[in-house]
Amino acid sequence: MTFFLQMLVTGIVVGSVYALVALGFVLIYKASDAINFAQGEFLLIGTYICLTLITTYQIPFLVAMVLTLVFSGLLGFVIERVVLRPFIGEPVISMIMATIGLSSLLAGIVHIIWGHETRVYPQIFPDTPVRLGEVVVSPVYVWSLIIVLILLAFFTLFFKYSKIGIAMRATADDQQAALSMGISVKMVFAVSWAISAVVSSVGGVLLGNINGVNSSMALIGLKVLPVALLGGLDSIPGAIIGGFIIGILESMAGGYLDPIIGGVKEVVPFIVLVLILMFKPYGLFGKEEIERV
Amino acid sequence: MLRLNNVEVMYDRVILVLKGMSMEVPRGKIVALLGSNGAGKTTTLKAISGLLKSENGQVTDGYIEFEGQRIDGEDAEAIVKQGIFQCMEGRRVFEHLTVEENLIAGAHTRKDRGNLKSDIERVYHYFPKLKTLRSRVAGYLSGGEQQMLAIGRGLMAKPKVLLLDEPSLGLAPLLVREIFSIIKQINEEEGTTILVVEQNANIALSIADYGYIMENGRIVLEGTVDYLLSNEDVREFYLGLSEVGKKSYRDVKSYKRRKRWL
Repeated sequence: MTFFLQMLVTGIVVGSVYALVALGFVLIYKASDAINFAQGEFLLIGTYICLTLITTYQIPFLVAMVLTLVFSGLLGFVIERVVLRPFIGEPVISMIMATIGLSSLLAGIVHIIWGHETRVYPQIFPDTPVRLGEVVVSPVYVWSLIIVLILLAFFTLFFKYSKIGIAMRATADDQQAALSMGISVKMVFAVSWAISAVVSSVGGVLLGNINGVNSSMALIGLKVLPVALLGGLDSIPGAIIGGFIIGILESMAGGYLDPIIGGVKEVVPFIVLVLILMFKPYGLFGKEEIERV
Repeated sequence: MLRLNNVEVMYDRVILVLKGMSMEVPRGKIVALLGSNGAGKTTTLKAISGLLKSENGQVTDGYIEFEGQRIDGEDAEAIVKQGIFQCMEGRRVFEHLTVEENLIAGAHTRKDRGNLKSDIERVYHYFPKLKTLRSRVAGYLSGGEQQMLAIGRGLMAKPKVLLLDEPSLGLAPLLVREIFSIIKQINEEEGTTILVVEQNANIALSIADYGYIMENGRIVLEGTVDYLLSNEDVREFYLGLSEVGKKSYRDVKSYKRRKRWL
């Protein structure tokens, strides 16, 4: 039982980070109907920047974190402006191709600047484990979960009530009509890329604190795509729940099945994904086309 | 207040849709712009509201003036901010947003967001039905309710000029009458200037002060509503009436009236 709970907690924490990164996918998909294949690289850049600020420049973690977020936001803005704006009005597939190119470019830049060996964050969170009944959890996990939950709650409220949030959802529904309301579609695109880069880099920093940092972290981007698909590519609650589902499945598979069949941990989430999509092609919470009869 | 002078609009730099279109919308009035399919009515509205840009169209000649300022070539957002709001053809409500969120989206350019609540109430005053549907997802409303929402969304921007593109499209005759009477009411109570584009000439002329008739990218006839209603061509081609009441099919066959303005 203890082992089960242990796996569950690990799953929830990893899943929460997946949820955060999946939110990045969903935002961009909602705004522009495109899938951003450079999501993993956003995460990588965020975590490396934060690491460099802390280790090389000796900046305290919280300040470094804030600086990282600001930088990621700007990076998102700039990338939207330079790389993606020219694709507005072009077929979606060209925009997707552009993000694939972008991911190679960013991966290359990261490689040039930071190399490829694994680095570790210095001790940031206290290392005395937290005991929840019989389960022992490291503080990094607890903090990650808290931070992610706060962010997710923040964004849920943001989309429900804020002016820009509503404008973003409106644009996702009908771009032309949004334009006729005086909503600046360009602004909406820019904000979604910025937010998307910010959430990914938070995810990156948290994962970096848990597992250490190296360039293979960009693969998380690929792993999170199924999360977004599972929840429904255009559903924010879907991304969150999908994240937890995949995180827990992966952790459980790792605990119980890996000893029997090695490496199955990596595959199980995808199998479940395929099963769910067979029955719910829009994902668990994806919006179905509303058709009035 | 709003003036188009000899406006030419081209799509994709080749397709000439408006060929020297001139019209004027005086403050506080309701102006009807009538015409058959493909005459260029919607393009005219889009030229005014700046929505042409997103469709690769542009004003290539002439100018559009609003309160003495040229507005052709400006971005849609800037034009909405100046007080011109277009309710697009086919309702175009945000399907996955609730009624109330749709209204809030309509107020996007407003600076005084403190008044949002009272403005929403004002929309409910004109469209009481929307109030009972306030938290429903807009995509599931009926056509008439969606049209009300689309106009209500326009009111939220507190525009000086409201451009309505075929508000009667796809609605039952009774609903059409109801919506047009509300449009008239809005014009009277809010003092909003209204430019309404319609195929249903009858209903449009019933509330308008002045009318323009458009064919092939230009205005072919204009005048007060009384003048238009008494014009033989308008009666024949837009209202389906002729000198002796309803025509029999045999007459149509033997005598086809030529438009005098061609």
